[in-house]
Formats: sequence, structure tokens, C-alpha cells
Amino acid sequence: MSASSAFNDEKGGSSSVAEPEYGHDPASGGIFSSDYKRHDDLKEMLDSNKDSLKLEAMKRIVAMIARGKNASDLFPAVVKNVACKNIEVKKLVYVYLVRYAEEQQDLALLSISTFQRGLKDPNQLIRASALRVLSSIRVTIIVPIMMLAIKEAASDMSPYVRKTAAHAIPKLYSLDPEQKDQLIEVIEKLLADKTTLVAGSVVMAFEEVCPERIDLIHKNYRKLCNLLIDVEEWGQVVIINMLTRYARTQFLNPNMNESLLEEGNSGEKTFYGSDEDEDEDEEEKEKKAEAAAMAKRKPYVMDPDHRLLLRNTKPLLQSRNAAVVMAVAQLYFHLAPKAEVGVIAKALVRLLRSHSEVQYVVLQNVATMTIKRRGMFEPYLKSFYIRSTDPTQIKILKLEVLTNLANETNISTILREFQTYIKSMDKDFVAATIQAIGRCATNIGEVRDTCLNGLVQLLSNRDELVVAESVVVIKKLLQMQPEKHSDIIKHMAKLTDNIQVPMARASILWLIGEYCEHVPKIAPDVLRKMAKSFTNEEDIVKLQIINLAAKLYLTNSKQTKLLTQYVLNLAKYDQNYDIRDRARFIRQLIVPTEKSGALSKYAKKLFLALKPAPVLESPFKDRDHFQLGSLSHLLNAKAGGYQELPDWPEAAPDPSVRNVEVPEWTKCSSREKRKEKKVEKPFYSDSEGESGPTESADSESDSASGSESGSGSEESGSGSESEESEEGSESEEEEEDEEEKDKKKKKKELKKPVQETESEQSSEEEERKHERKHERKAKPRKSDSESESEEEEEDSESESSQSESEESESETEIKKKKKAAESKPPSKPDKKENKKEKTEMSLLDLDDFEPAPSPQVTPVNTFLSNSLVTDLEGLSLSDTVLSPATISPSSALKNYELLHRITGEGLSVEYCFSRQPFSPDANMVAVQMHFTNNATSDTKNLHMEDVKLQSGMRVKEFPEIELLPAGETTTAVMGIDFCDSTQAANFQLCTHTRKFFVSIQPPVGELMRPFFMTENEFRKEQGQLMGMNEITEKLTLDAKCRNEHAIVQRVTTAANLSRVPCGSDKECRFAGRTVTSSSLVLVTVATKEEGAAQLTVNCEKMVIGTMLVKDILLALTQ
Amino acid sequence: MIHSLFLVNASGDIFLEKHWKSVVSRSVCDYFFEAQERATEPENVPPVIPTPHHYLISVLRHRIYFVAVIQSEVPPLFVIEFLHRVVDTFQDYFGVCTEAAIKDNVVVVYELLEEMLDNGFPLATESNILKELIKPPTILRTMVNTITGSTNVGEQLPTGQLSVVPWRRTGVKYTNNEAYFDVVEEIDAIIDKSGSTITAEIQGVIDACVKLTGMPDLTLSFMNPRLLDDVSFHPCVRFKRWEAERILSFIPPDGNFRLLSYHVSSQNLVAIPVYVKHNITFREGSSQGRFDLTLGPKQTMGKAVESVLVSSQLPRGVLNANLNPSQGTYTFDPVTKMLSWDVGKINPQKLPSLKGTMSLQAGASKPDENPTINIQFKIQQMAISGLKVNRLDMYGEKYKPFKGIKYMTKAGKFQVRT
Repeated sequence: MSASSAFNDEKGGSSSVAEPEYGHDPASGGIFSSDYKRHDDLKEMLDSNKDSLKLEAMKRIVAMIARGKNASDLFPAVVKNVACKNIEVKKLVYVYLVRYAEEQQDLALLSISTFQRGLKDPNQLIRASALRVLSSIRVTIIVPIMMLAIKEAASDMSPYVRKTAAHAIPKLYSLDPEQKDQLIEVIEKLLADKTTLVAGSVVMAFEEVCPERIDLIHKNYRKLCNLLIDVEEWGQVVIINMLTRYARTQFLNPNMNESLLEEGNSGEKTFYGSDEDEDEDEEEKEKKAEAAAMAKRKPYVMDPDHRLLLRNTKPLLQSRNAAVVMAVAQLYFHLAPKAEVGVIAKALVRLLRSHSEVQYVVLQNVATMTIKRRGMFEPYLKSFYIRSTDPTQIKILKLEVLTNLANETNISTILREFQTYIKSMDKDFVAATIQAIGRCATNIGEVRDTCLNGLVQLLSNRDELVVAESVVVIKKLLQMQPEKHSDIIKHMAKLTDNIQVPMARASILWLIGEYCEHVPKIAPDVLRKMAKSFTNEEDIVKLQIINLAAKLYLTNSKQTKLLTQYVLNLAKYDQNYDIRDRARFIRQLIVPTEKSGALSKYAKKLFLALKPAPVLESPFKDRDHFQLGSLSHLLNAKAGGYQELPDWPEAAPDPSVRNVEVPEWTKCSSREKRKEKKVEKPFYSDSEGESGPTESADSESDSASGSESGSGSEESGSGSESEESEEGSESEEEEEDEEEKDKKKKKKELKKPVQETESEQSSEEEERKHERKHERKAKPRKSDSESESEEEEEDSESESSQSESEESESETEIKKKKKAAESKPPSKPDKKENKKEKTEMSLLDLDDFEPAPSPQVTPVNTFLSNSLVTDLEGLSLSDTVLSPATISPSSALKNYELLHRITGEGLSVEYCFSRQPFSPDANMVAVQMHFTNNATSDTKNLHMEDVKLQSGMRVKEFPEIELLPAGETTTAVMGIDFCDSTQAANFQLCTHTRKFFVSIQPPVGELMRPFFMTENEFRKEQGQLMGMNEITEKLTLDAKCRNEHAIVQRVTTAANLSRVPCGSDKECRFAGRTVTSSSLVLVTVATKEEGAAQLTVNCEKMVIGTMLVKDILLALTQ
Repeated sequence: MIHSLFLVNASGDIFLEKHWKSVVSRSVCDYFFEAQERATEPENVPPVIPTPHHYLISVLRHRIYFVAVIQSEVPPLFVIEFLHRVVDTFQDYFGVCTEAAIKDNVVVVYELLEEMLDNGFPLATESNILKELIKPPTILRTMVNTITGSTNVGEQLPTGQLSVVPWRRTGVKYTNNEAYFDVVEEIDAIIDKSGSTITAEIQGVIDACVKLTGMPDLTLSFMNPRLLDDVSFHPCVRFKRWEAERILSFIPPDGNFRLLSYHVSSQNLVAIPVYVKHNITFREGSSQGRFDLTLGPKQTMGKAVESVLVSSQLPRGVLNANLNPSQGTYTFDPVTKMLSWDVGKINPQKLPSLKGTMSLQAGASKPDENPTINIQFKIQQMAISGLKVNRLDMYGEKYKPFKGIKYMTKAGKFQVRT
């Protein structure tokens, strides 16, 4: 239908336009005069035997389509050529078919068999293109055929065909939404695909068909994160947007400890200390306290999967594609801990160099971001300066950003910029600038008077628009402190003679009425003039005249009584009913009559109540509830198909749902109970049988790796190679285990569930691992004990993965710190948070990007050739989180408080023992200090003075920190040689104004550094440290700490020791040397039945030994 | 995602339409025309326009509006970026992207659009893949095609799409193997009235033209990579190598491409190569204004400043300008009030100047705004940031390629406020 209307639109103009264009076509010439005849000719050409004629005809037809002309009557002639041998003819026929099939459904069916044949072609590209066209023909009758074709293609061995299948899914869905359930099955299957080619397309299909089925993502989450960097750009955008939503449902808010504090501190609204506000403040304080308490109870630990997402998306900020950069930026904005969000600013500023449309979208998003996170863009203030050549819409957005960025320190530069803008020729822009000045003036009290004076000067500007805008803004500003500015009000009263812009007139009248007490002489006179011109005013002005009259009548009835009545009489017969209504209402209210009720007594209160000054807010204020970068955000209205960005969950959902395989290092204790398992039926059990040599098993709902190998072994080689080579880039262990797992799986499937629970009680670890996968798949109905043990394990997993990353960091740590100090993260992280961030930020460094263990490449399909393999080697990404830990874990760092922010007058300092070698002096312990400036003013010249030490101790001071701006955080490292004693180091911490006495006392565990030795060396050394040097204690292990992993974890947290390999699994051994004297410290924890254990410490220094025993005892029993 | 695409020329005619899903009537563009009318300048048409049933996202390039029709939520940048990619592809294929070029090659355009999107989702946007599928029209090929009736659709199948190096076509062969790199830097600056710099930054790109046989693996290293503060890469660049060693390692696409764009860290002071002395005054009461402008070189490291072009939007009150350039030519458009002065090369011995008077509307008061002066220039053989390429190595192939590096500095958005 629409096409015919388009045709009609075009008909008039185009026949004349079209003729000369035909001249370009060499063969057509302008011979044919009427449409009818031309089509006849085309039909003839299409029916001929010569390909060249057919091609010519098709080219002309396509040109017609392109111009929007109707060519549907040629359908029968064209559709015949669908099987033409010439590729270009064929392609053009496809173009035609896709365009008109919807209108000529019956005829279109003629072509279907050709495509069905194409679907069976040995060449993958022909299969793909057949599917592509078949699915693009919007004919409802062929829905079953399409469904079948898609299903088949989804298990094709060529990734390119599978990609096409993914593309076909939304097409079929839009044609027939009834097919949703079946399509979801296909999507689920394709989501498990491991090729980058498919990933983007299938996620797109997911987003269009079933964005609510977030559960389908769990199993594929890690894979998607890891593949992301190699997916093509467009797919990256879709995947990142989807993962943002996913992460919001699955992880905890990384800023939960801060968000409440934040609100309390953001002093933007403190200009009006009204009573309500104070009440709110108190409430907020309570909330804050609550939150703090909560934070103490449950320190936030970032889920490693959350971290994985952040880490893997970060390099994409460097993409050349603006959409990808924006997608990553919004992901960071919505998901990253506050301290890390800063990285996106630079990339977004870079986009401002791009085309103006890109700038437009980016600036809109930056405007929203600057409201919440101002600090992030402050360093780039100058990038938002406006050039006279910018389009107006860009200028206005930049102005918005500049206004949002304005604060006490930079306001003077910004105002200077604004001054040049006011002189611009672009009047819309000047008006916007004046409003911006008004907003700066309300937000920053210091400059209010300057701004006001500037604006008053603008009142004498020659351009009326400028004056009018100034009046409106001045009115809003005056409302804040009217008593001070009666002369300005007088000045404005005079303007009523000249200004014609209604909004400005109305504003002036309102001002005079509101503050008539400040200008008692002028006000009645203004009313007199207005009464005269009343009939010629705009409605908005008339309403204000009535208001002015009413207010004057109430305050100064003697002079204005008659004038008021005159105005009210005029208004009574006005054309506008609003004005008539208003007049009637006001007359009743202010003129006391017998009938008038109690209300008139309160007239004064009604009219002359103190009105709160308006808050000038950014139009971008409330936009952040839309996902940034989305169309809905840009329009500030929900667009069709927009998926809400969910709020963070209160408690994290089970993270184990994402586990695909059990990492090697988690050793479950034998106490862990099994649970009955629901054996899931393969989704595709029947189609699997049909589809023959394909790797359909992918979707089989079990863990991906297991089923993958299953398919591999079943298929005896010939298919699915491309898959396997991909897989090669993942961890090797996986492959080794595959066969075994597979056998187990089969065995298990034979058993009945009940038997299983009994028989497997005693089964080995290997099998249990496999089991766990099933558990996770199964619905989470666990008994208490189970869930507990499960959780515990999760904990240890996450910890160890973290610690692992920490180790890999050691080299880059120092570099990192420097970087951190330079970049000055804009926020003040919470204590726990801070430390976490420190270690995790370093995760982003490169060391963990080491190439994967060289992939085992299975012989590759001839088609994909060697280049694929070589490239995979180049591009493969290892996944350190998934790969097993090989090094003994060290542990998380503990933060200590050096200076509380109350005593430090806003400056708070924390320190931790970073356990890194202190490079300037090997005998010193490195102490990492975090300075946070919570005060409102900057802190300068932060340094140490007056160090008081016990004899022998030495200190290497940290370099002076010249400036710590308000709200910022920085880090410094100092070294202390404690001489192997736990004596405190006392010193003064000086700022440019104050000095604080502080002291650092090390726990004994920090006075040593790890020492690596073999089991034999350990025994030998232990033998030499007997008698007085050995201390033994018996203890009962804490309930949560009865597996080896937990013990290692706790001991290494308590003391900076390294694990010594040990043959027996009943014993854990650790070794270290004290920092100053390099005396050996050996620790042994031997576990026995029922959590009983024995702790042995051997150390030359007995004092250290005794103290260490105490500390470790405490760590293990609590 | 992208439903349809309409191409609209400067006079508001739709001259090409393409639909990837059901046909959307071209009447939807009426909303666009409405917005176009409301906007005073062509570039002020909002890029995103909501209509009752659709959303229109448009970009303006070469005086053609590319209007995409969207039906549901999609990141706007996704569409905008894609549309720009379409324009780039057209430019790559036809040399220029004008209405005439598109109309002449309407079949190729249609074939391209068909390959670039499937059901509104981008399918193949890499120019190397597209060129494998659809041969770009050259004069020779058009002639041969007309005579022999052969086609410009590639006979061979687009295997590139399947490769893991999707940006490079396979089976590349050259007799002369060459790789050229152009380091082009642009200075963006705002200079205030008194000649002091308000903001200045350097943005650079490295454009490459690589014609090498087979699958070469290149590495490019810099003498001073620390200069590069913020970079964005062509997808071929291995990010890990860059992060670890500050080396660009990549398998290049065949032909022309942009390898890298970068921003020079803002700590470095930017050298401003030209200065402007200006005196533009209007006197109250008289209908005359004075105009006096002199350009001079500054911090150019001995290199000549070439292709200098000065333009300025004079206030609306100016009727005409009667000026006298010491070199080059100037034009003044009395309708748009745009003054432009083509200076050419700056000779440090004899500084170019433009002096004279402006006549104002009689009786009108003096304009209170001051014009800003935009300057364009080029400096050959110099990267103003001092960036230097250290070496280019090739692995994976045996032959010795010919290598070349060229440096250039240009003015970006270089503006002087008066």
C-alpha cells in the first residue's frame, strides 16, 4: 500500500526528472515514452536468452526501485530469472524479490524451491545467501519452511551460515511472533557458539526476540566477555549493551558503600537551608549510619565476573568506532566503581573531534554524566569551549556541559568565556548563554553578585531578545535576595516602557508585584501604565497585571483601589476565559463583601506568601534513569523496544550460574553434600539425530565444554573443526579432561537420580566437578547446609583468583601507583573499597593478557586455510580468571587507619602494607598510604616531619604531595625499617595549615617477606630450629576454615609468608624471612580429625615467633 | 534496526530510497523536511527526529542528507556511525560522494547497501570485503563491461568474510610492493583578542596506503611514543602489543586506510605556527568601519607556512568591504557576510596583510559583536608535536617492500577571537 502511495507522490515530479537520467544508461536511451511500453520492453529483455540483456533490464528495474517507482507489475517476468546462472543478474533478482515479495505472495512462492535447493549446496556461501534471501521474503505461508531452514542452518558446520541463521531469527520473529518459543531454542543453541563471527549476530537476535530471558546468558557470559574484543564492531555494540543490562541484574553495586555518603555530601542544594532540608539531612544521616553499619557487616567484594567484564571492555575505548566507544563508556558509567569511571572521559572527549552528529549525541550523554560525576570531565573543561563555527545545537549542548562543570575554582574562567559568547551573532546561543550564567549564579553563591551585575548591564543591550532573556534570568536571581536589590527592581520597572517581549514584561510585573514593599512609590505608577495598555497586552502579561493589581490592592489599597477595579473590569470582559476566570476569582478574594467567606481574611497570606526561589536545573537532570547512549536517553522519552536498565540487586544472585567448568584449584572438602540432580533433557534431542555431521550438540544444555567434546567424539572428525580450533585458544586443561567427563556424563545419564545421590557420596573429585555443573544448571533448591558450603567455596574461589592477579601484578605495581597519583581519581573511595580498587585496578594492567598456552590445533578444514590458525594465535585472549591457579595464593591486604577524617579536619589517611619490595631499600617494609581529602578546600604540601623512632629504625619518607584537591584521593608509598620489632614509628603529618601526630605500628606478620624453598630445605631448616626456637600450639579450626585452601588463605593474610609445597595433604607449610635480619620464619599447620589442628612456628627470633603464633592462632580460630 | 534509508539532496528531493524490511512510505520524510525548514542552517537539523511511528536519524555529508528510518530503540551513535561508514564507502568507490555520482552508479549503490546491511543490521562494512564482492567502477571497467556485457559483481565468493582477518582480502598480489604512511597533525586552537592562547591541542592521524603482496605482518615503532596520549586504532592493530611495548603491530588491510588517530598529551605546550595582528573597529555614528589584518609566522621550525586561507563571518550590519590585500585574493559575499582571503604562502620577509574599510548600513548603530577569524594553513614535512616514526618492519613475507613516511601539519579548528 505504502509503495503505491510513494509512487503517487513521485509520479508528478519524476517523469520529467527521470527521463534525462536514463541517458546515463547506455542501452536504454530515451526512446520509450510511456511507462507501460517501457515495462513491455523490459519484459522482453528478461525473457531473452542473453544474460547481458537480462542484466540490463534488471539494472534498469533496480534503478526504478531506488527512485521509489513502482515496478511490481514486472514480478512474474523477474521471478523467472531467480535461477539464472549469472551472479549479478541473480543478485539483482534477489533485490527485486525481497522488495516486492510481500505484495505478490503467491508468485513469490515460485522462487522458494530455488532457495531450498540453495540451502543444500556444498558451498557455505551459497547456503548462506540462500538462507538470507529466503528469510527476507516476508511471506507468511513459508514460515514453517523458514523455521526449518533456520534450525538446520543453526547447526551448520560453517560459522558463516550460522551467522546468517542468527540474522534470520529476528526476521522470522517479526513475520510471525508465534514462533517465539522455537526461536528461543535456536537462540539458546547459537549463544553457545564459540566463534566471534556468530556472537554479535546472535546477541542481536536475542535482544530483538527475547531480551527478558536473561537466564540464557549465564552460561555464555564469560565466553562473550572473552570473545568481545575480536567480534566485529557492530556486534560489540550490541553485546556491550546487553551485558550492561545483564550485569545490573547479577552483580552488586560497586558503589553501594559510597552512594549514600555521596548524596549527603553533594552540597549543591544547600543554598536554602529550609527546615525541610534539615529534616531530610537527619534522615539521611540515619541512612548513612545504617549504610555504614551495613558496609561493616558485609564488605563489598567485586564479583570476578564483574571485573572480567570491566577489564575486557576497557581496550575497546580505543576503538575507531564511535558507537563502540560510547557503548563502553555507558557500561563503565553504569557498572564501574566510581574511581574507575574516569577512564572514559578521555575517550569521549576524543569523539568530540568527530562529525557533528557524533558530537551531538556524545555531548548529550556527557551532559548527563557531568551532573552525576562532575570531577570526571573537569580536566577537559577547555575541550568544551565553543567555537563560532559550531552549529547552534552543538553550542547549546557545550554550554550545558560547561555550566554543569562550573564550580568555585573554575567559575571565573568559565564566566570569562561566557562573556565572549554573549557577543556572538547567534542570538539563540546568546539567550542560552544568559540562562547558563543564571544557573551558574544560583549554583555558586560567590559569583551571584558579579553575575547579577553583568546581567543588569545586558539590560541596556540593543537586542531585545538578549534583554528579555536577561530580565527573565534576573527575576529568578532576585528572588533569592530581593531586599538587597531594590535598585535593580527600580531599573527594571523603567524597562516596561521599552521591552515588548511578553515573557520579559510578565517577569518584570511579577517582580514588582512580589516586592512592591521595596518599591512603594514606583509600583502604583507601573500599574497605572499597565492599566492603560491592558487591552493590547499578551495573555501572559495580562495575568501578571491582574496579579500586580491584586497584590497592590492588598498592600496599598488607598492608592490603587480604583486602578485595581478598573483592571478587573477590563479583565472581566476579556476574550480569554482564563483571564476572565482569574479576574472573577481575585475579585471575590480581595474585595471584602458580605457574601465573601472566610477566605478573604487570608487573602494577604495567599498572595504575599514567601515564595521559594526557583531552582535552575539542568534539563539533563533526570535523564540518567535511561541507559546512556540509548535513543530513549537522547529523546528523554521511552522509545519502542527500550529495555529498562534494572536497579542493582539488594543481594547478589548466585554467581555460580555462570560457571561453565570447575576451575582446577578449588578442592572441595569431602563433607560437602551432594544434592539430587535434575537430568535435563537435551533440547534438541530429535534434531540432533537428523542433522547429521554437524555440531548441533553445542546447544545441548549441559556445560559447553562437555558437550562440545561429545560432539567431537561422536562425529569422528570431519565436521566442526573450526570450532575446535577456536576452542584451542582456551585453557588446555579443558581439553584433557573432556573425554573423561564425557564418559562420566554418559554413565550418569544411565543411572536413576535416587541411586545417584547415594552412590556418588564417595566418588572422586573428578566426578564431583562434573556434577557441580549440573547443579548449577538445575534450579536452585538447596538445603541449608548445601548452600552454605557452596557459598563458601565460591568465596574461596573468588579470593584466590583475586590474589592470583595480585601476584602477577607485583612488577607493575609501582608504575601503577605513579599513574594513580597522576591521574588522581576524582572520588574518595571507601576504606575497604579503596584497597580493593587498588589491587583490582592493577588487574587492568597488561601482565594478565599474556597469550594463552599455545593452542592445540586440530587439522583445519581446507576452506578456512592456515591463515585462520595463525591469526587465532595472534589474537587469542587468555582468560586468567578461568584458568587454574598455579602459584600459591597470597592474600588480600588489610587497611589501617592513620588519620580519621574528623581529627584530620577533612583529611583522612589510611595505610596498608602492600607487601611489595620497597625498591630504594631492601630492609624496609613498604607502607602504602591513601590520602583522601574530604574537606571542601584543597590541601597543599602534604609531607612528613619530625619522625620519632626507636633506635635502629629508619624511615624513607614519601615524596611531598603538593596539592590534593577537595574530594580527591591520592596514594604514596613510604618505607620503614622496623628492625624486626613491632615498635611504632611516630611522626607528624603536615599540611600547609596543620600538623597531625600519627603513628604506624606493624602487625608482626608484616615484618617478613615470603621466602621460597623446597620441601626438603624446609625440613632441613626446621630441624635446625628446634628447642627454644620452636613453638607449638594446639587449636580447633574455625568451622569455615577446614579445607586446605581456607587455611592457606588465612595464614597468608595474617603473615606475609609463602607456601611451601608439601606431599601430605594434612599439612600446610609456609616460609618467610624477616625483613631486616633475614631470619627464617617457618610455619606448619597440621590438621587432624574434627577440625583439630596443630600449629608450629620455628623462628630464630623468639619474640617474633611468639607473636606470630598468637596472630595465626587468632586468624585460624575466628 | 535500520529500517530504511532515504537520500535527500540540498533542495529537498528524495533521490534514492532503500528498504531492508517492510517498505516505509517516503512520506515519513515530511517530518524531516519540517525540521529542515525550522533549522536556520543546514547543519542545525537535529540528527534525531522523533515521529509518531518512527525515528529519523540523519547525517549531512557533501550536502546530502542520509536519513535512516528506525522503528525501535537502537543506540543513535550506532546508526550515525553506520551512515558515515556508508558515505565513506561511496567516496571510496566513486571518488566523490555527490548526488550525480550516486545517480550514475545507482546499481552499484544498491548492491553495496544490500551487502552492508542485512535486515537492518550491519553485515559487511569493511571496504576490503566489499571490494571483493562488488568491484568499484572504473572508466576502463565500465567500458569493457558495456562492450562485453560482463559484470562488476565479483565472480569469486567473498571468502574474506570468513577469515579471522576480515579487513584484509586474500590473494593480494603486487609487482611493486609499497607501504606509505602519512602522519598528519591538526592544531585546534582558540586565540583570544590579545593573542594569548585560550586552548590549543594537537590531534593527529596516521593514514596508510599499503600495497603489499600476501599476508604481511607489519610493526611500526615511534621514537617518542610517550607523546601519544589518547589513541584509537583500526581494528587490525594488536592492542596488547601497543599496551606492552608501544609498538603498532598489525596485518594491514589492502589499500588505503586510517591506521591510527591520536591526541597529543595536553601537558606538552602546543607550538602555534602563525600569529595574527588585527584591528577591526566600527565607530559609533559613522557608516564606516576599519579592517586591518596582518599574518605572520611563529614557531614553525624553519618550515614554510603554505595554503593559508583566512575566513571570517562579518557582522550583519556590514554592507560591503573595500579591502586591499598585499598578496593573494579576497572575496566578500554580501549575502552571507562571509569574508575569505586566500593568502597562499606566508613570506616571513614581507608579511601578508589585508587592509581597508567596511561600509555599514546607513543609520544603523554599530554592531556590538566582533567577528572571529578562522585560519587554515599547511606546513609540509613537519609534525608539530615532534612525533617521529622510528622504523617499520615486515614479517611473514620474503620480499623487500618500499617504505615511505610523510609528515604534515595542518590547522584544524583554528580560531582567533577579536
